[in-house]
Amino acid sequence: MQTDILIIGAGVVGCALARDLSRYTAGITVLEAAADVAEGASKANSGIVHAGFDAHAGSVKAHYNVRGAEMYPSYCAELGVPYRQNGALVLAFSPEDRSTIEALYRQGLDNGVKGLRILERDEILTLEPLTNAQVVCALLAETSGLVSPYELTFALADHAAVNGVQFQLDTPVTAVRREDSGWTVATPRGEWHCRILINCAGASSAWIHNQMTGREEHHIVNRRGQYWILDHASPLPFRHTMFQCPTKMGKGVLVAPTVHGNVLLGPTAEDIDDPLDTATTAQGLDDVLQACRLTWPQVNVRTAVTNFSGIRAHEEKGDFIIGAVQGCKHAYETVGVESPGLTSAPAIAAELSALIAAAEELAKKDSWVQAKPLPKPFNEMTPQEQAAACAQDPLNGRLICRCEVVTEAEIRRAIRRPVGARSIDGVKRRTRAGMGRCQGGFCAPRVAEILSEELQLPMTQLTKNGGDSLLVTSTLVQAMKEAQTK
Amino acid sequence: MIEIKRDIVIIGGGPAGLAAAIAAREAGITSLTVLEREAEPGGILRQCIHNGFGLHRFGEEMTGPEYAQRDIDKAREMGIEILCDTTVLSVEADHTATCVSPAHGLTVYHAGAVILAMGCRERPRGALGTPGTRCAGIYTAGSAQKFINLESLMPGRRVVILGSGDIGLIMARRMTLQGAKVLACVELMPYSSGLNRNIVQCLEDYGIPLYLSHTVTNVEGRERLTGVTVAKVDEHRRPVPGTEIHFDCDTLLLSVGLIPENELSKGAGVTLSPTTSGAVVDDSLQTSVPGIFACGNVLHVHDLVDFVSDESFRAGKMAAAYVRGSLAAGAELPVRDGPGVRGVVPQKLRLPVEEEVRLMFRPDAVYKNATVVVTAGETVLARKRSLILTPGEMAVIPLKPQEIPSCDGLTVHIERGNN
Repeated sequence: MQTDILIIGAGVVGCALARDLSRYTAGITVLEAAADVAEGASKANSGIVHAGFDAHAGSVKAHYNVRGAEMYPSYCAELGVPYRQNGALVLAFSPEDRSTIEALYRQGLDNGVKGLRILERDEILTLEPLTNAQVVCALLAETSGLVSPYELTFALADHAAVNGVQFQLDTPVTAVRREDSGWTVATPRGEWHCRILINCAGASSAWIHNQMTGREEHHIVNRRGQYWILDHASPLPFRHTMFQCPTKMGKGVLVAPTVHGNVLLGPTAEDIDDPLDTATTAQGLDDVLQACRLTWPQVNVRTAVTNFSGIRAHEEKGDFIIGAVQGCKHAYETVGVESPGLTSAPAIAAELSALIAAAEELAKKDSWVQAKPLPKPFNEMTPQEQAAACAQDPLNGRLICRCEVVTEAEIRRAIRRPVGARSIDGVKRRTRAGMGRCQGGFCAPRVAEILSEELQLPMTQLTKNGGDSLLVTSTLVQAMKEAQTK
Repeated sequence: MIEIKRDIVIIGGGPAGLAAAIAAREAGITSLTVLEREAEPGGILRQCIHNGFGLHRFGEEMTGPEYAQRDIDKAREMGIEILCDTTVLSVEADHTATCVSPAHGLTVYHAGAVILAMGCRERPRGALGTPGTRCAGIYTAGSAQKFINLESLMPGRRVVILGSGDIGLIMARRMTLQGAKVLACVELMPYSSGLNRNIVQCLEDYGIPLYLSHTVTNVEGRERLTGVTVAKVDEHRRPVPGTEIHFDCDTLLLSVGLIPENELSKGAGVTLSPTTSGAVVDDSLQTSVPGIFACGNVLHVHDLVDFVSDESFRAGKMAAAYVRGSLAAGAELPVRDGPGVRGVVPQKLRLPVEEEVRLMFRPDAVYKNATVVVTAGETVLARKRSLILTPGEMAVIPLKPQEIPSCDGLTVHIERGNN
C-alpha cells in the first residue's frame, strides 16, 4: 500500500498531527496497533491541561507545555471538546515543600506562565475548605485546565478523517525499512510504502526510532500510573486540581475534578517492563488512597465507579524528542511524550506540521473542511432543547444508559462518526454510556444490540475493546452442542 | 413538550409499579399512568425464567414472567395506562415527572401523587475496587442472565462467581444447565447472602463449591478474562497472604449486592436511609416528601417478589387515600434499629396504628433460636421467635393494631437464643 505520509500511532499526538497535516495536499495514513484511536496513554491519564510551571526552564517540555496550554481554550472550542479552566493548587506541607513551591513559582515565571501566585494557609482553606488544614502554602496556577483526553483525540481523528486522512486500526508495526524513495513499514496486514514517515508511537516510539535509524539511541521506561475514579453524584470536594509537591518520578498524586464532574485520584508512578500491562494492583490502589489522604483527609472510595491505569512513555533522558530524525531523510518523530504530552499535543502538532510542510515542500489545500463540533449531549440540554431533539430524531427519546443519560440517537451517531466506535468501550468513551454507577450493567447488552445492527456483525463477534475481548463466547444453541459433544 | 395531569403517576412497571397501580385503581383512582423504560412491563421478572415465584401470594410456583404476566393482565383488564419505552428524567417535590419516549418525545406529568417503583441495580466491579485488568468476560449476574434468557447468548464457558446473592446462585445453575463449567462461588462473608433454598438447589445439587470468607484478589487477562485469584479473608475481610487459589476461567460473574436506584428520589428531595439506601417512609409508604410514595426494591431490597407486591399494594392504596385527602396525618413515631437489626422499614409509624404493620429488616449476622422484639420504652409490643435469622433473608415482624404507650419511638432488636 502506498501513501505520501505515514504516521505511526493514533494517540492524541498522532491524531493532532494528522489533522494539522491534512491542511496540505498529501495522502496521509495513520497506522494504529490497537482497535481504536486513543488506546494508549491518551485514554488513561489525568486529563489535566498543565499550566507549565513544572517543566524545567529551557526544556522541550516547557516550550510545548506553555504554548499548548495557551492554545487549549480555542482549540477545544473549535473541535467542540469539553474543556474547563479550573485552576490548580500545588500544596506544601513542610518547610522543604515551601522551597519547592517557591522554586516552581520562579520556574513558572521563567517559562512564561501567567496567573501564578503563592497562597498562604488561610487563603487556601477559604478557597478549598476540604483541604488538609496542615497545609502551609500553595502555588496557585490559574491557567491549569481540564479536558477529556480521549474525547479530544476522537474529535481530532474525526476532523483528520473528514479531511481525507486514512486510519488503519488493528495494525501494529513489525518492522521499518529505509528505501531509496522513502520508507517501507511492515505490519501483519501488509506493507505500507511512504515518502514521509512520522513516529508518534508513544510507548513504542523509542523502538520505532531505533528501527528507523538502526541506532539504539533512545530508551522508553514504561511508567504506570493507577487511578480511582469516583461517581459524579456526590458533590465535588475541590474546584481546583489539587497537586502535591512533585517528586523525581512525576507530578505526584492529585485529586482532581474531571470535565464531567467525577473525581479522579492518582496516579502512582511505577516503572514496569510490559508497555501493555495496564492492570491495577491492590498495593497501587491503596497507595493512591493513602497519598490522597494528605490532600483530602476525608477521602474514601465508597463512591468509586472504577479504577484503571495508564502507561506514560518516559524517555530515560527525561525530555521530549521532537522534530526531524537526525541522519534520516523524510523522517520525523515525537519520542518520550509523557506528561505534559496531552497539554503539549496541539503545540507539537502545530509546530511539527509547519516544519514538515516547509522541509517537504507541501502545498496547502484549497479546501480544508472546518471541524464540525458534535451536538450538545442530551444530558446537558435544557428541557426545551431535549423536546426539540426528540422531535427532530425520535431515538433521542430512548435512553440507553440511565446513569449517564445517553440516548439511542447518540449511540448510533458515535458508531457513525468518521472514526466511529467499533466496540462497547468505543461507544463508552465516545458517549459515556456505561461510564456511570452501574458500569454498563444495564446498558451494555443494549449497546451491543445497536452495535450489531449498525456494524452488521453478529453479537458473537462483538468485543468489549477489540482483539479477542469477545462479549459472549457463543450462542446458547452452540453452547448446548458443545456440551453434548463433550 | 406535552404537559399532562394525572391523579397518580407511577415510576416503574415492574412488580412493584404494577401492584401499586392495581391497588390504586381498586381504590377508585382512574387517572393513573405507569411509566416504564423497557419495551414491555414486568421489570426484572422478565429475565427470571426460573421458578419459585408466587408461593406466598398465589400458593403456587411460577416463573418470573408468569408472575409478572398475572399483574400485567390484571392491569390491562382494569384499563390502567402503562407507557413503555418511556424513561423518567426527573421528579420534583411538587409531583411533576419529566419523561422521554420515542413515541411522545418530552412529556411533563403533573400528578396528585407519585409512587417511586424504580427497583434496584447491581453493584458493579468498579465499586468493589478489585484490582487487575479491565478485560471482557466480567459481568454482573443480572447482565449475564439477560444475555442468556433474553438474548440467547452464552456469556462464557468456565465461570467463577463472586458473591452469593440470589441472582449469582441462580446463574450458577443456569450456566451449568447451559453447558458451562462453574468452578466456584466465592463469598466474602462467613455466610451466604442468598436464600438457603438457592444454596441447596443451585450450588449443592450441581456440586459447585462455595468458598465462604474468600474473595477475588486479582483479575487477569488482557482481552478476554483468563483467570482470577481467590484468597481467604481474615475477620477484617482482608485477604490472607498464602491462601491464594488460582482459577483458569473466561468469565467472572458478580453477585455482590443490590442497590436501590434512587437517583430520581434524590432529585425530588426525598430523604434516604444510609442503611437501606432507600427512602425513609412511614407505615403508609409515604416518603419525607408529602405525596411521594416508595415501594419494592427501590425502597429496600427484598428477597421475594411476593413481599414486593404486598408492600406495593399498600403504597398504591395509600397514595389513592392521599389524593382523596383521606390519608391519616397523626403524630409520627420513629422506629429504630436496635441490637442485631439493620434497616427497619418503615422507619416511622403514624398514630394511631389501626391496621397491622409489617416491620421488615435484615439481621446483622446469623442468629439461631433468636427472638425479634419490638419495644416502646419498657413495654414489649411484639415478640417473634425464629429458628434462624440470617442477613440473606429479610426478617418480618407484624405489629398488630394496638395502643402505643407514650414514648419517644419504637425499637426493634434481636434477643439471642441458646444455640
